[in-house]
Amino acid sequence: MASPDADVAALVRGVRAGEAAAIADALARVEDTRPESLAQTRLLVGQLEAETPRAHAVVGLTGPPGAGKSTLAGVLIAGWLAQGQGVGMVAVDPTSRRSGGALLGDRARLRFRPEERVFVRSMAARDQLGGLAPATRAAVVVLRAAFEWVVVETVGVGQSEIDVETVAETVVLVLQPGSGDTLQFMKAGILEIPDVLVVHKWDLGAQATRTRADLEAWLRLTTLESGTWRPPVIGASSQTHEGVAEVARAISNHREHLSHGELDVRRARARSAWALELFTRSYGTFGLERAGGSKAAEDIIAATPGSALDAFSALARRAGFSA
Amino acid sequence: MADRPWIFRTYSGHSNARASNALYRQNLSKGQTGLSIAFDLPTQTGYDADHPLAAGEVGKVGVPIGSIADMEQLFEGIPLDRMNTSMTINATAAWLLALYVAVAERHGVKRGELQGTTQNDIVKEYLSRGTYVFPPRPSLDLTRQTIEWTVEQVPKWNPINVCSYHLQEVGATPVQEVAFALANAMAVLDSVRVPREKLGPVLGRISFFCNAGIRFIEEICKMRAFTRMWERIGLERYGVTDENQRRFRYGVQVNSLGLTEAQPENNVPRIALEALGVTLSRDARCRALQLPAWNEALGLPRPWDQQWSLRIQQILAYETDILEYDDIFAGSTVIEKKTAEIEAAAWAEIARIEEQGGAIAAVESGYMKRALVEANARRVAQIESGERVVVGVNRFEQGEPSPLLQGASSILSVDESAGREQIERLRAHRASRSKSEVETALRGLRDALAAGANVMEPSVRCAHAGVTTGEWSDALRAVFGEYRAPTGVDGAAAPRSDARQLAELRARVDAVSGKLGRRLKLLVGKPGLDGHSSGAEQIAIFARDAGLEVVYQGIRMTTDEIVTAALQEGVHLIGLSILSGSHLALAPEIARRSRVPVIVGGIIPEEDAAKLRAEGVAAVYTPRDYDVLRILREMVEIAAAAHGVA
Repeated sequence: MASPDADVAALVRGVRAGEAAAIADALARVEDTRPESLAQTRLLVGQLEAETPRAHAVVGLTGPPGAGKSTLAGVLIAGWLAQGQGVGMVAVDPTSRRSGGALLGDRARLRFRPEERVFVRSMAARDQLGGLAPATRAAVVVLRAAFEWVVVETVGVGQSEIDVETVAETVVLVLQPGSGDTLQFMKAGILEIPDVLVVHKWDLGAQATRTRADLEAWLRLTTLESGTWRPPVIGASSQTHEGVAEVARAISNHREHLSHGELDVRRARARSAWALELFTRSYGTFGLERAGGSKAAEDIIAATPGSALDAFSALARRAGFSA
Repeated sequence: MADRPWIFRTYSGHSNARASNALYRQNLSKGQTGLSIAFDLPTQTGYDADHPLAAGEVGKVGVPIGSIADMEQLFEGIPLDRMNTSMTINATAAWLLALYVAVAERHGVKRGELQGTTQNDIVKEYLSRGTYVFPPRPSLDLTRQTIEWTVEQVPKWNPINVCSYHLQEVGATPVQEVAFALANAMAVLDSVRVPREKLGPVLGRISFFCNAGIRFIEEICKMRAFTRMWERIGLERYGVTDENQRRFRYGVQVNSLGLTEAQPENNVPRIALEALGVTLSRDARCRALQLPAWNEALGLPRPWDQQWSLRIQQILAYETDILEYDDIFAGSTVIEKKTAEIEAAAWAEIARIEEQGGAIAAVESGYMKRALVEANARRVAQIESGERVVVGVNRFEQGEPSPLLQGASSILSVDESAGREQIERLRAHRASRSKSEVETALRGLRDALAAGANVMEPSVRCAHAGVTTGEWSDALRAVFGEYRAPTGVDGAAAPRSDARQLAELRARVDAVSGKLGRRLKLLVGKPGLDGHSSGAEQIAIFARDAGLEVVYQGIRMTTDEIVTAALQEGVHLIGLSILSGSHLALAPEIARRSRVPVIVGGIIPEEDAAKLRAEGVAAVYTPRDYDVLRILREMVEIAAAAHGVA
């Protein structure tokens, strides 16, 4: 039998080559929540990250339910595929609190030919707040190793959509005409300002135009530091495809903007958030106190080389847990 | 004066045009007075027999019609000027009507003499039957065009049969049946652009196709509510004063949903009682009736089985005295009260739909679909708990073995070579026609589409030129696009199940998930062209309620798509639902190409079930297995065993 290391190396090769079976195996491993599986996962994530080209991008799609996130994702993905680029996607759906079960329905709105370079994984949010699923971050690592683009679609529950900032490098907020609540949260500073704003269902006409005008007016009044990215507001329709190319262009422009230094900042932020999330899920706030509080924890994470999982282990050791 | 008998029909068609023609002539010689054509799924969804999606489906649930050559053969020796033909065709209704008209023209029959109905009701396709092709709005527009064309060109034709039948088949309550069907009819009529004086004749050509269940007193009241509400809509919404044009005219197929696989002989009294619901009351009597066969839950009925159902109609009409009396419910306060109750609730539901922008908007938003999925989940839970009695299924299950099931097969098996023959026939047809005529005719169709003009005359020209069903449909797909309807399962409320059993199942799902390291995940797949999705929907929502993660993508998936989705989603188990009879062609392939166990549910004869199991399918479920929780318990164990955590 092959050694665990050789086994992981073969899996990483398969993932990098975009083999569906290898990607599926890798995802099954990183989704495994049993404590005894952590060492394997850490090995896999570390090697995948080391092998992933820096240009591979992670785009988050967030916004209220019914705004058409999956449909827009489908149209954007088709565009990337047409340019010869592969796409991985993680679509997160809510979980029933009562039963623990979930209906993962986003895939129904995404249809590609089986031979295309696209891999869609649906996930249930389980008990996690913040719009992501527990395994989303690890799944992103796997998919990013395989494809030029990774799309993360969040649950879409408004105010609690905060974690997408810490997994995606470019955050696209998808609104439908009249998405009043989300606008209020954003204006009140509860939600971060996204990198690209899309007023979806643009074919609805007057109401869509009003929503865009409202967003633009508010953004003009919001002070942004000079030299920073100014988020564009784009009207788009997945029905008529109007504006979709513009959304794709805005995402590319934002990637270009990030490449002047901010990408490293965002990736470090993502790494830190992941390590902390794992740590608090395992040891709670009590554990965090033993590690010296959240500021100290962040410093430990930043000082530890390797992946977020390595940082998590270092943090756990520092706090006196045997991880 | 005694009432005239309604039209007796039998919904039929299979294998190919030749075999179906023989069947129709045989049925007519037995005293059937009209034809009801069943088309196969490729014809209904606009694919030629040699299209990959048609694999395994050709000639299965009806007759394949690929071009005018098939249509001519289908009606050979049948006098179209004296026939009343009902065609169950929707997304491609305009095309099949064009073919029918073209065949009549070749026979020298005038358009004005043709009588019959194209079902042509697209809304219920998105809600239950699933043989839609284009998005709702262009589909509705196509319906509008056929109405505007027939009212001028084929004035005795009913261009649309607004269906509530299929809504009951997916679990609709009587109120939902009435409200959704009427809202649908209003959406169609609102779209029609004719001069005001033509609105009466148009209204007079709108007919309905309803269902009748076993609670036949309530069904009588439902039909009376329908009748009154339609008359009021005709007068108040459309200003039609002619009472005759405002009359609610309807045909019926009685309920198949309640027919059982267990003790199937019990279905004969069920069918007879259901027929009473739509024949007993003279004021709300159907115009045409078709009865299912006693063995529908087992597979395709044989000619003898269909004859038995025809005899039920004939006994009712000719032996009993029901046709001799005026309305026997006139003046009944009990019937009046129940009718008023259904009517009031249906008006309220119509108001809710109107508030959302009408039937089309309520389809697009998933509102109607979700309501139906929830209603059906309640029905399933009631049968499971015994609250709704089904004799031979959840009460009085013990009985003598049925002699009807003894001996040779008690169903019709379609010759598997029918599909291959049809493909050869199609290819021979393509080779024999004039290429340039086909091109000219198709160009005419495309020009009409581009100009937004009525497609009917260009379609009749395409029919004469020998254009195929797939070619005609592709021309429309190119302009209208294709559509995937909301599945109705996202956010559908779970019904009340037995709390203790459910809790036990959830605990088991939790335990298995714990050992797997991640939550047990199920892919529910509907391969092939079959659009009857209630079984898949019910498994999906009950499985979610049992604590599984469920991926469900809706209908019409290719085997490739299902295998790919199962791999990408990392599911532990695949559940397939196939009701079109193409299970042998589809399920083994998916089982062979997947890493995880595959189970299949559908109308599957035991002989086929054995074949499926031999070819690697882990378990087969049929209508006999009504207990969803039991099915789910077994599925969890199958998955656990396959992944070594039993």
